[in-house]
Amino acid sequence: MIHLDSITWQAGAFRLENLTLSVPTGRYAVLMGRTGCGKTTLVEILCGLRRPQGGRVLIADRDVTHEPPGERGVGYVPQDGAMFPTMTVREHLGFALRLRRRPADEIARRVGQLAEELGIAALLDRKPQGLSGGERQRVALGRALAAQPKVLVLDEPLSALDEDLRDDLAVLLRRIQREHGITALHITHSRAEALQLADLMFRLADGRITESLARPSGTGDRVKSDTP
Amino acid sequence: MMALSARFSWFWCGIVLVTGLYLAFLLALIVSTATYTTAGHLWAELRSGNIRFSIGLSLVSATTSALLALFLAVPAGYLLSRTRFPGKTWLEAMLDIPIVLPPTVVGLCLLVFFQTPAGQMIERFISFTYTAAGVVLAQFVVSAAFAVRVMHGVFDHLSARPEEVAMTLGCSRGRAVWLVTLPAAKRGIFAAFSLAWGRSLGEFGPVLVFAGIIRRKTEVLSTSIYLEYTSGHLEAAVAVSLLMVALAMLVLVAVRTAGEKV
Repeated sequence: MIHLDSITWQAGAFRLENLTLSVPTGRYAVLMGRTGCGKTTLVEILCGLRRPQGGRVLIADRDVTHEPPGERGVGYVPQDGAMFPTMTVREHLGFALRLRRRPADEIARRVGQLAEELGIAALLDRKPQGLSGGERQRVALGRALAAQPKVLVLDEPLSALDEDLRDDLAVLLRRIQREHGITALHITHSRAEALQLADLMFRLADGRITESLARPSGTGDRVKSDTP
Repeated sequence: MMALSARFSWFWCGIVLVTGLYLAFLLALIVSTATYTTAGHLWAELRSGNIRFSIGLSLVSATTSALLALFLAVPAGYLLSRTRFPGKTWLEAMLDIPIVLPPTVVGLCLLVFFQTPAGQMIERFISFTYTAAGVVLAQFVVSAAFAVRVMHGVFDHLSARPEEVAMTLGCSRGRAVWLVTLPAAKRGIFAAFSLAWGRSLGEFGPVLVFAGIIRRKTEVLSTSIYLEYTSGHLEAAVAVSLLMVALAMLVLVAVRTAGEKV
């Protein structure tokens, strides 16, 4: 599960105060809000890239507020994929496992498995410059999943894609989340995207979080290409 | 990238004209200098022990100071690009001081500093004033400021996001920079090195004031030219200048080619 407990963060005039958000294990939550409302800041606090001035971050019932990003068990997929420009797709997928000094054959097996699952097996030797927006997001997703995180955080992963690709990737995201039994927090400003994917929907506005949709677990697979 | 021959346009004509005029002017300077001297003069200078020492010291000192400049420029450029802190504008202005100061003033400042107790203490371990180490230090002070500027720009153009993703995957900040950001900055690092190297090779004022022109001790190509010129050996000064142009072109083309391949 993901639990943000009374998070407070301030930079200049911008302030998030006493924000609380909870996503039960295995659910797909979507956090909506206008551009500049603090969604990405909240994601960065969850990932450990910013330290909150108050409150706690709990992942799988463990208080990770003071733990470094790499020890939180969070897979992070940012908006533009944030590819590593000098690495091939294969190196992206194996990155987290190489850091953990896993044996080469285990890395190769896991990379192959992820590549098949995400439909990027033909791209393994390409570098990011030769990839389309959708392919980049698939690689970013595979890179985040490689070390089998407990939580997946997706920061507007579909916003830079055209409509067909967006639907395809939405279907993929939901399938992957379900198959891996992972808890997901997906950030977007698109209501259609949120309705398409969410078990739980939150809205961040005026420094407050409200829950606006709670769908029973397992019924969130409404993803269809003709979803509005 | 657009092929220039793709379509005639006044816009591209104008751009090519401005660049071409500048290149033609540079070429005219080099050709007129080249025709002022003879192959005999060039050969005589190349055979001179003093000039060969000067070429050697120029290459070694410029390479050393450019490498030292990189050691400063990479972390300093990263700091300036990725952080915000009170007094940052002042720090940036201070780092630019060697760029805006007249070169002779930099030499004078070095000379004065090594007369202070702190400077004297440093000189007990390494002697800088009027030594080859002083040549490197004088070149470093100026070239490092240019290298820092280049690296600041390079890191500004590289998003911090991939580095942050690497941190969520298990890297410390330092390892993320090492594995993700620095490989992406390779071309910029080569550019900073070549600028620092070129600047060091041509550095004259601070070297003259701080290290002096001592034959076979602190004489580098830029000071050799000055020495030959003030001694009335204009042909020799021109011949050494040509050697310097050829050397600089060779090294800079080699560094740029290597930089494009990485």
